[in-house]
Amino acid sequence: MPQSLTRASLLATVAAALAATGLVARADGLDDITKSGVLRVAVPQDFPPFGSAGPDMTPQGYDIDMAGVIAKGLGVKLQLVPVVSANRMPYLQTNKVDIIISTLGKTPERAAVIDFSAAYAPYYSAVFGPPSIVVRGPADLAGRTIGVTRGTLEDIEVTKIAPATLTISRFEDNATLITAFLSGQVPLIATGTPVAAAINAKNPPVKPAKKFLLKDSPCFIGLAKNQPKLLAKINAIIAVAKKDGELNAMSHKWLGYPLPPDLPV
Amino acid sequence: MTYQLHFESLSGYLDVLARGAALTIVLTAIATVAGLAIGVIGAAARRSALAPVRALAAVYVELIRNTPFLVQLFFIYFGLPSIGVKLTADEAALLAMTVNLGAYATEIVRAGIASIAKGQIEAGLSLGLSRRQVFLHVVLKPALAKIYPSLTSQFIIVMLGSSVISQISAEDLTYAANYIQSRNFRSFEVYFAVTAIYLVLAIAFRALFRGIGNRVFARR
Repeated sequence: MPQSLTRASLLATVAAALAATGLVARADGLDDITKSGVLRVAVPQDFPPFGSAGPDMTPQGYDIDMAGVIAKGLGVKLQLVPVVSANRMPYLQTNKVDIIISTLGKTPERAAVIDFSAAYAPYYSAVFGPPSIVVRGPADLAGRTIGVTRGTLEDIEVTKIAPATLTISRFEDNATLITAFLSGQVPLIATGTPVAAAINAKNPPVKPAKKFLLKDSPCFIGLAKNQPKLLAKINAIIAVAKKDGELNAMSHKWLGYPLPPDLPV
Repeated sequence: MTYQLHFESLSGYLDVLARGAALTIVLTAIATVAGLAIGVIGAAARRSALAPVRALAAVYVELIRNTPFLVQLFFIYFGLPSIGVKLTADEAALLAMTVNLGAYATEIVRAGIASIAKGQIEAGLSLGLSRRQVFLHVVLKPALAKIYPSLTSQFIIVMLGSSVISQISAEDLTYAANYIQSRNFRSFEVYFAVTAIYLVLAIAFRALFRGIGNRVFARR
């Protein structure tokens, strides 16, 4: 009897601790967001032109603007939560943010744990390297070293197609990946076009050029599972922004080309 | 409460965890031996009769002990290639751990040496031992015996501190955790398991060091 009592109180303590850390089920997030009047959005801070610190240190970019569009559509205040690609999923899963707008690509693994909105931005990833290295396809990667940002689509794709002799160096965030490339620690990188553009913008002695396309993978907004009202509302806001040209203007402003008409819904 | 623990989601990654733990153990073991050697040489250098040697040792100790380990790691891995010194992530991690431990060990060993009574050294010299013999047998061994507990604490700190080497893509235990988490998104289970592994490693290292200490510094 005393033993089972101890166990019960232990369980209660653990349950309370877990509840306090936010590992609990949520009701439909739309109600919570409307009630609190604040939308918490996970946005990139190391990923221009999608999200980075502007000259005055305020966040700027395609994803930041998109977060503004969603918050305006919901009629609530916007709270930006800076994340890196490796921790954006845990932030959503532990209820530190309501939605992820952080160049999130759609994968079956991710779809098993979170839900996705309609696509809101174009994006593709590829293997990049200096002109001196000839790489036409996955087979040419044998015996080489390639850098990726851990947990990204490129990481998963390269891991899938990698020849046995390819060394994959995984870095914590895009800034470190860029440093690794610029310092010559990795001659090749697998990443999204924005990172390659960011490296070229620094005018390095060795400029990365596209070697081969890994994946065309538009960006989606990620939200916790089983929130039909929030999902429907966000999709409606995206549809309006596509129709009235707002997303097209953002694409011109940040990416330098028009919004592709075939973004998946 | 609806969060379901899925420890079975780790089962496909046991080899990743094992490889990560192995690298952490190997790097710690090498850094411990090499760092202790640097510590003894450094402590001797700080007591050297030659002023430039003393100064050099002092600069090394102050430089390392007053800068963050992560910055030292980045300097070696990302900075040194600019002057043509290119190390792999594992080499850079080992070098950073050894250099870092060496500086702390120097100070710890020096404290031990300082605690040896001057009369003991004079006794050794008056018995006809050379200065080198006095340092090795009269000074160093009792000095190490005195500071051995703090030395082993520093070894454990280096092992735990090595978790940041995943930042330069070295594939240690923390890297394994981050890698698995980025694949199955089971952060709770992964970090729970890896925390337990670190704990076991630290306790095992401590027991090992205590065993070694009991043998080496056994009272006769």
